Amino acid sequence: MTLTRRDLLRTTATSTAGLVVAFHVPRVARAAGPAAPPLPPANAFLRIGADDSVTVLLAHSEMGQGSWTGLAMLVAEELDCDWSKVRCEHAPAAPVYAHPAFGVQMTGGSSATWSEFDRYRQVGATAKDMLIRAAAARWKVSPAACRAAGGKVIHGKDELSYGKLAEAAMKLAPPKTVSLKEPKDWKLIGTKVRRLDTPEKITGKAKFGMDVQFPDLRTAVVARPPAFGAKLAKFDATAALKVPGVEKVVPTANGVAVVAKHFWAAKLGRDALKIDWTPPEGGGVDTPKQMAEFHDKAKAPGAIAKTKGDIDAGLTGAKTKLVAEYEVPYLAHAPMEPLNCTVKIDGDRAEIWTGTQFQSIDQMVAGAILGHSPDKARDKVTIHTMFLGGGFGRRATPTSDFVSEAVIVAKAAGVPVKVVWTREDDIHGGYYRPAYVHRIQAGLDDKGRPVAWDHVVVGQSIVAGTPFEGMLAQHGVDSTSVEGLVESPYLESTGAVRVSLHSPKPPIPVLWWRSVGNTHTAFAMEGMIDEAAHAAGADPLAYRLALLKEKPRHAAALALAADKAGWSSPPPPGRARGIAVHESFRSIVAEVAEVSVENGRIRVHSVTCAVDCGTAINPLAIEAQVQGSVAFGLSAVLYGKLTFAGGRVQQSNFHDYPVVRMWDMPKIDVHIIQGKGAPMGGIGEPATAPIAPAVANAVFALTKQRLRTLPLKLA
Amino acid sequence: MKRSGICFVLVLSACGAKPAASTSGTGGPASGNQGLVAFETVRGVLQHARCQNCHPRGDTPLQGDDGRPHLQNVQRGPDGHGMVGERCTTCHGPMNPPDSYGPHTPPGVTTGWRMPKPDQRLVFVGVAPGALCEQVKDPARNGGKDMAALRAHLDDPLVTWAWSPGFGRTPPPVSRQAFLDAWTTWANAGAPCPK
Amino acid sequence: MKLDINGTVREVEAPPEMPLLWVIRDLLGFTGTKFGCGMAQCGACTVHLDGQPVRSCVTPVSTVGTRKVRTIEGLSPDGSHPVQRAWAEADVVQCGYCQSGQIMTTVALLEQNPSPSDTDIDAALSGNICRCGTYVRIREAVHLAARLSHGGGK
Repeated sequence: MTLTRRDLLRTTATSTAGLVVAFHVPRVARAAGPAAPPLPPANAFLRIGADDSVTVLLAHSEMGQGSWTGLAMLVAEELDCDWSKVRCEHAPAAPVYAHPAFGVQMTGGSSATWSEFDRYRQVGATAKDMLIRAAAARWKVSPAACRAAGGKVIHGKDELSYGKLAEAAMKLAPPKTVSLKEPKDWKLIGTKVRRLDTPEKITGKAKFGMDVQFPDLRTAVVARPPAFGAKLAKFDATAALKVPGVEKVVPTANGVAVVAKHFWAAKLGRDALKIDWTPPEGGGVDTPKQMAEFHDKAKAPGAIAKTKGDIDAGLTGAKTKLVAEYEVPYLAHAPMEPLNCTVKIDGDRAEIWTGTQFQSIDQMVAGAILGHSPDKARDKVTIHTMFLGGGFGRRATPTSDFVSEAVIVAKAAGVPVKVVWTREDDIHGGYYRPAYVHRIQAGLDDKGRPVAWDHVVVGQSIVAGTPFEGMLAQHGVDSTSVEGLVESPYLESTGAVRVSLHSPKPPIPVLWWRSVGNTHTAFAMEGMIDEAAHAAGADPLAYRLALLKEKPRHAAALALAADKAGWSSPPPPGRARGIAVHESFRSIVAEVAEVSVENGRIRVHSVTCAVDCGTAINPLAIEAQVQGSVAFGLSAVLYGKLTFAGGRVQQSNFHDYPVVRMWDMPKIDVHIIQGKGAPMGGIGEPATAPIAPAVANAVFALTKQRLRTLPLKLA
Repeated sequence: MKRSGICFVLVLSACGAKPAASTSGTGGPASGNQGLVAFETVRGVLQHARCQNCHPRGDTPLQGDDGRPHLQNVQRGPDGHGMVGERCTTCHGPMNPPDSYGPHTPPGVTTGWRMPKPDQRLVFVGVAPGALCEQVKDPARNGGKDMAALRAHLDDPLVTWAWSPGFGRTPPPVSRQAFLDAWTTWANAGAPCPK
Repeated sequence: MKLDINGTVREVEAPPEMPLLWVIRDLLGFTGTKFGCGMAQCGACTVHLDGQPVRSCVTPVSTVGTRKVRTIEGLSPDGSHPVQRAWAEADVVQCGYCQSGQIMTTVALLEQNPSPSDTDIDAALSGNICRCGTYVRIREAVHLAARLSHGGGK
C-alpha cells in the first residue's frame, strides 16, 4: 500500500476556535506488502565531515527518552564508525523524516526505536557501502577486497578515514540494496552506551525552546480563558500598555497576548489587562457532578469494544461475583519546561523554533494560518526542533495549540515573538489525561478463576474530533480508552467477556499522557485480578501465573520481578508487597512494589521491574526509561489530581499539583529480559502503567484497604 | 482548641467573673486572673498557623492556614535554619516577594526565615495551654530566655511578620498591639499558667 | 545596577522588582538557569548567592546587592566540575531541563557536606523536581561526586 501526502493530509479550515487545520491519518499507514521499501536517502540522515565527524539527523525529537543516542547507535553499528565522533542534530521538518509507521513526522507511541530500527541501520550500511566504494576507486581495487572499521576503510596496509572519503563517496550512486549485520555481529547494539546529549545538558549549553534568543525577538505572555468554555468578550489594554517594556497587545483566537521586551514585562502586562470573559454555557464542568454522572453511566453497558460468550449467563452461573468501581482523575503532563514557541514571520514564510513532538502537523497548521496549502506549507514553514524539556504527550497536540497560537501572535504583532507559558498556564491550559470510571463485574468459578467478565469504561475519548479518529477509533470505540482491556491476557480463557465504553464529551481538552489508556486500564484490570486472587484465597503471584499459562512472556516477566523482589520471603516488618504485570506498546513490564505506611502517608520503598521489550538496543537507556516511567506513574498514584469548578481548573502549580520528589523516590531495580525472537517493543512508556496497581495491591496486602481511586488515599 | 479558647475568654469577660486565685503567678489574685485571661489571648496567637507552623512537633515545618507538612521535605536542620542544600533561605528571602510575584510565593524576613533550634524546639502545635505556658517561660526549653528576652523576641521581624504575612495568608486572630498588650498583662501578672 | 555574575561584574538596567531569574536569562543571556514554576516549587532556577543556593525566580534583583551570583555557566567552562563529571558518569540526564538546578544544589550540598548520606540527599534535593524521574541516578551521581571531589561519600 502506497500513500501519497494527499492521502495522509486532508486540510480544511473550520471556525470553532479560530483556525483549526484538520488532517486525516489513515487507519493503516504502514506498508505491509512483501516488497521492501526503498532505502532511505543516506544524505538526509547522515553527514560525514572532513574532520571525521559523523552527524546523525534525527527524525524523532529528543525529549529525554534517549533517541539522540539510540538512533545514532543504529547508524553507527552499521557504519562501523568511531563512536566518539558521532553527534546528533534534530532533522528539519520534511517528508523524508515521516515516521515509518505513522506517516507524519512525529515522536510518540514509544515507537522511535522499533520503527526506525531498519531505516537508521540502512542509513549506516548505505553510507558504509559508498565509503568503501570511494576508497576502492581511489586505490583501484575491488570494493570486496576492502573492509571498514573504526571510521576507516582498510585495504591491506592502506587505510583512509571516512572524513577523507566523504566528499567522493557522496558523489557515488547509492546502492540498491544493503545487507545488515546479523545480531551476533553487533558491536554497539545491546551494549551500555552513555548519552550523547550529556555534555550540553550538564553545562547549561543545551538549547531548549525556552532558550531561543536573537536580536529583535520579543516575548509574549497570553491571557487565555479562565474556564473551559469561556469566551473572550472584550478587553482593555490601557494599563497593560503602560507597563515599562510592554510594546503591543494583540488578540489571539480566544485570548489576549501581551508582547514585551522580556518575559517579566509581558507577565506584568498580562496582569494589568482588564478582560471580560463570557462564562461557559451551562456553567462549565464541576468535578463532583461529573464523576457522579460517570459512575451512573457505568451501570449500563456502552459501545461494545469486545464481546464473547453470554455475559449475563456467565455472571449468573458464576460461583462468586465481584463488583467494583475504579476511578482516576484528570491529569496534567506538567513537563518541566513550560510550553513555548518562537515564531518569525517574513512575508509569506515562517520560521519556528520550538520543542515539539508533531513537526508535520505544526508545519501544516502554521502554513494554513499564513494561507498555505499543506504542500506549500512544507516550503514556506521552517521548523527548528529544539530540545524538549519533557513531552509526555503534551507537545503532540493534533491542534498544534501552542504553535498555532504563537504564529497568530507573531502575525498580529508584526515582530518575531516567543510565546512563553507560565506553570499556571500549563496546569490551566488543558490537554489532560481524561478522568475515567471503570465498573467491573467478575464472575469466578469454584476454583476462583474468572469465567465471566463485564467491564464498563466511562471517560472522554482523546481522539474524538481529531485527525487520529479514523486510525484509532472504530464503531464509536476509541481504542486508546480500552487498550490493555480488550487484549488482556487474563481473559483469554474466560468464557464470557464484554468490554464496553461510554465516551462523554464534556468541553475539556484531552490528550495522550505517557502510556495513554494503559494509565487507567492497568490500574483497573490488575486491581480487579488482585481482588479475584484474594477472593480465591490465592497468592497474588501464583494466581496470576495460573491464568497466564499460555502467555510465557507475561509469566516470565512476573516470575523474574517476583524472584528479584524476594516474593517468596516475607517483607520486612511493617511492609508489604504488591505485584502487577501489563503489556503496552509491544513491551511487557512486571513490577513488585514494597510499601509501608508512615504517619498516614503511603511510602513506596522499592520497585522491582522485569522488562521484556524484545531486542534491547541500549540497556542503560532502558533502565533510565523504566525508572522514569515508574516515577511519572508514581506521581499519579500518590498525588496527581485536577478538579474543576465551573469549568475552571482548581489547581495551578506544583504546590497543589504535587509530583514525586527525591524523598518520595523508591529504590528501583530494573531487570531486562533479552527477548529471544520477540518483536522489538517500546520503552518510553510501558513501565508507567503497572506502578499504580502494584502499589495499590501492596497497600491492600498491608492494610486490607482496597483503594480503587487514584490518587490513593488511606481511610 | 482555638475555638474553645475564645469561648473561655468570652465567658469570663461576659460574666465579669473573678474566680478565686489559683495560679502559679506571683501577682495578686485579681492580676493573676487577668494574667490568665491575657495568656489565653497570647495562646491564640502562638497557636495560630502563622506562628505554630514553625513550632511543629516533629522536624518538618508546616505551611498554609491548614498547617499541612511543608512540601520539599523541608527539615529543621542542626541549627534551625534547614538542611544543607535546602536552607530556609534557599526559598525564603529577606522580604515577602512583591505582590506581582503572585500567590503562594515564599514569604521572607530580614533576619532570615528559620525554626527553633533542635535543642530548644518550643513546640506549639497540639500542646495544652498549661504546658504551652510553662514551656514558653522555661529558659531550659526556650533558648535560655528570661521574660525580658522573650519580650524582645516578639519584636524580631520573624515574629512581627505574622501580622504582615503577604498574599492571602491569614494573620493571627488579634492585632499585634492587642497581642503585645496581652503579653504585658500576662507578664506583669507574674506570667501565670492555666492548670 | 551592578551584578557580580560568574566572576564578572556586569551593569544591568532592570526594574528592582524583576526576579533575578529573568535578569539572568532575558537581560544577560545566560539561559542555563531555567524557568519551571515561578514560585520556588521546582528548583529549576537555582543559582548560588555567595555560595548558598537560592531560587532565582522569587529573588527580586534589588535584594542581590553585592553578593556573588553563580550560575551553571560559572561552574566550569567544559563540564569538568566533579559534580558534572559524576553526572556524566552516572548517565543522569534525560530531558535535561531540571539538571542545571539539580547540579547547582548538589554543588552547594557537597561544598558544605562533603560526604552526604541518603538522608542528607533527600533533604537537600527534594526542592528540585525532575519530571523525567532521574532521581535514582541523581542520588548515585551525588555519591559519586562526593568521592570524586573529596574522597568522601557513603
